[in-house]
Amino acid sequence: MNEIAIAGLVMTGIAGFFGVVLALANRFFRVVEDPRIDVVEGKLPGTNCGACGEPGCRSFAEALVKGASVPGKCTVSTPAAIEDVASVLGVDADFQEKRTARLHCAGGKSAVRRLADYQGESSCRAAFVVNGGGRACSWGCLGLGDCDVVCTFDAIHMNDEGLPVVDVEACTACGDCVDVCPLDLFTLEAVSTEIIVQCSSPLAGEGARLACEVACDACGRCALDAQEGAVEITGGLAVVRSPSRATEECTFRCPTGAIAVVHGDQFQEMELTQLRRSRHA
Amino acid sequence: MTHAGTTEGLPSFSHGVHPEEHKGATESLPIERMPFVSHYVLPLAQHIGRPSKCIVRPGQHVQRGERIADPNGFVSTALHAPVTGTVEAVELRPHPNGKLAESIVIAIDAFASQEMQEPQKPEGGAGGPNGSSRIDGFVRRVQEAGIVGLGGAAFPSHVKLQVPEGKKVTTVVLNGCECEPYLTCDHRVMLEDADKVVRGMRLIMQQLGAAHGYIGVERNKSDAIETLRAALSQNDSQNDSQKGSIEIIALQVKYPQGAEKMLIDAVLHERVPAGGLPLDLEIVVHNVATASAIADMVENDTPLIERVITVTGDGVRRPANVVVPLGTPIAAVLEHCGGLKPEARQVILGGPMMGVAQKELDVPVVKGTSGILALTQPQRVVGEQPCIRCGRCLDACPMFLNPARLAQLVRNERAEGLLSHHVMSCFECASCSFVCPSHIPLVHLIRVGKAMARKVAVP
Repeated sequence: MNEIAIAGLVMTGIAGFFGVVLALANRFFRVVEDPRIDVVEGKLPGTNCGACGEPGCRSFAEALVKGASVPGKCTVSTPAAIEDVASVLGVDADFQEKRTARLHCAGGKSAVRRLADYQGESSCRAAFVVNGGGRACSWGCLGLGDCDVVCTFDAIHMNDEGLPVVDVEACTACGDCVDVCPLDLFTLEAVSTEIIVQCSSPLAGEGARLACEVACDACGRCALDAQEGAVEITGGLAVVRSPSRATEECTFRCPTGAIAVVHGDQFQEMELTQLRRSRHA
Repeated sequence: MTHAGTTEGLPSFSHGVHPEEHKGATESLPIERMPFVSHYVLPLAQHIGRPSKCIVRPGQHVQRGERIADPNGFVSTALHAPVTGTVEAVELRPHPNGKLAESIVIAIDAFASQEMQEPQKPEGGAGGPNGSSRIDGFVRRVQEAGIVGLGGAAFPSHVKLQVPEGKKVTTVVLNGCECEPYLTCDHRVMLEDADKVVRGMRLIMQQLGAAHGYIGVERNKSDAIETLRAALSQNDSQNDSQKGSIEIIALQVKYPQGAEKMLIDAVLHERVPAGGLPLDLEIVVHNVATASAIADMVENDTPLIERVITVTGDGVRRPANVVVPLGTPIAAVLEHCGGLKPEARQVILGGPMMGVAQKELDVPVVKGTSGILALTQPQRVVGEQPCIRCGRCLDACPMFLNPARLAQLVRNERAEGLLSHHVMSCFECASCSFVCPSHIPLVHLIRVGKAMARKVAVP
């Protein structure tokens, strides 16, 4: 009986001691955190994609509460959820223009000349370190789909031509494909930018066309047809200098189709042509 | 592995592998001269470092041995016309590295005599009043002669002939291992130009102020070892005043003994610290063919306009060791050697372990090309299997890395992990891929990993 009493007293004593330590720790080491951070984070999609420019949703929530960012920078969430976040914080939603990844190459299997077989590791970055695969063009898409693998939102799919097609609806412009592509073929463009140069080869003239049927050979017709300064030829390649002033007239005379009008997803016409071809056959 | 049994007990480095040698086809063939062809393509980037600066214009007439590009910075060298002819264009042409590179295209003048240009007197420097400017003059002469390491890496040689301030060099090691299977060009140079190799070695030692010199040669080239020893004793008896001792060291036959860090371990039993240079141990390593080129430059004022390459493999009709002017398209070299057999499937520039497979035959022979290898069947028959944790790659890696772990990190995109596992110490000798029983492309994955790690290190 006596031993049980001692044990009970010792345990109570220990519990009391740590209770006091914890109470003091709570008093002196307390970190005050804005409760709104948790609320805002709860309303964000939680994908940690990085499209807003922050490393994850938690730090985006912190930035929002601090006023360092705007709710509209989250391109993954629905407009209603963003309005919700904005109303919690009492700020303007400030919707950003939707952006999407665009591929600057249209050199699919049937367009680009093939010089050799690549049989190594099936990854663009692996093919890139050994002679850049077997294609005649050293700047174009290798077609092994590293961007397809890296995309968190399942927005990139390889088409029959071996080119990655970005689903504009699903794309959040997080930039993972831009980082992973060893040839730097992706850029993030506003969806309203419809004139896209689908080639990255600095070759001009015959050299470019010999390597790939759809290469920009720097003939300069697009630059002539566009408004003054909207499209330029720099380094053997057409460059859209001012997306708002470049209109579809500049694509009409392109002999290879390297500069194209893109509504929605890229390479749709290519698939249509293929469909037509297959029906003919 | 013909000689592996007989070379045990000889000095070597730790780890490494014993690939089959395949040197029999060409090791006893004397070096022959490649006839001139109609066009030569000279990429401005033929060495490690900044590409040379082109100083000729299309339409300009150039003479054999005339300088056509200047060094662009210290780690860069000059480039010379390999033939007398007319500059046809300066444009992008296929380079052995698989990309298109700015190149000077020279059309040969069919009626020219192909005499070398009159030796150009080195501008200033040489024989100057005080010692230091004389030394700088020698380094500049090597740079202006366009000499690079002829072992394969093509690192500008003059950089390794300049002792940085606060450092000194006591030992020069000459690399005569030629550990890559199939290749025999260095072997033939040691046999046919042994005295030139020794004279070049003397020049290098004199320039660096080194007291000790070693030439490391693998035991499977015993004729080369004897010839070099004879040339050495003759050279010594002719010039009694020469300072410094040179010794020929017979080494075990093992790959990758020709890598400079392995060679230092084999010859001197010293280890270069991770991330360090041989210079940290007061050692400098050059290739035997480079020494011969330096002797040529000093004695005959010849810039580097041609090199010895080995053309071999089951896929080529007449294997040979050939002196080829730089810029010759490899298609022309193969044609000179009887052409490709119809069953040839792969053409590799360099050896089978570290060489680069080519996608077209329009690429030219550059300063770093040590051989053209035509193989008939794919070397890998079975596909990749899972890693069975056998640890053979760990026993093979001469840098004591863990290739299987590195490959795993690459597949999981763990760039930081790669750095902490010293991925940058890998010099891509491919010993790990060679021994892997599961045919995992280890060295290929590690190369991808090095690119990943570079991206993290330099954001």
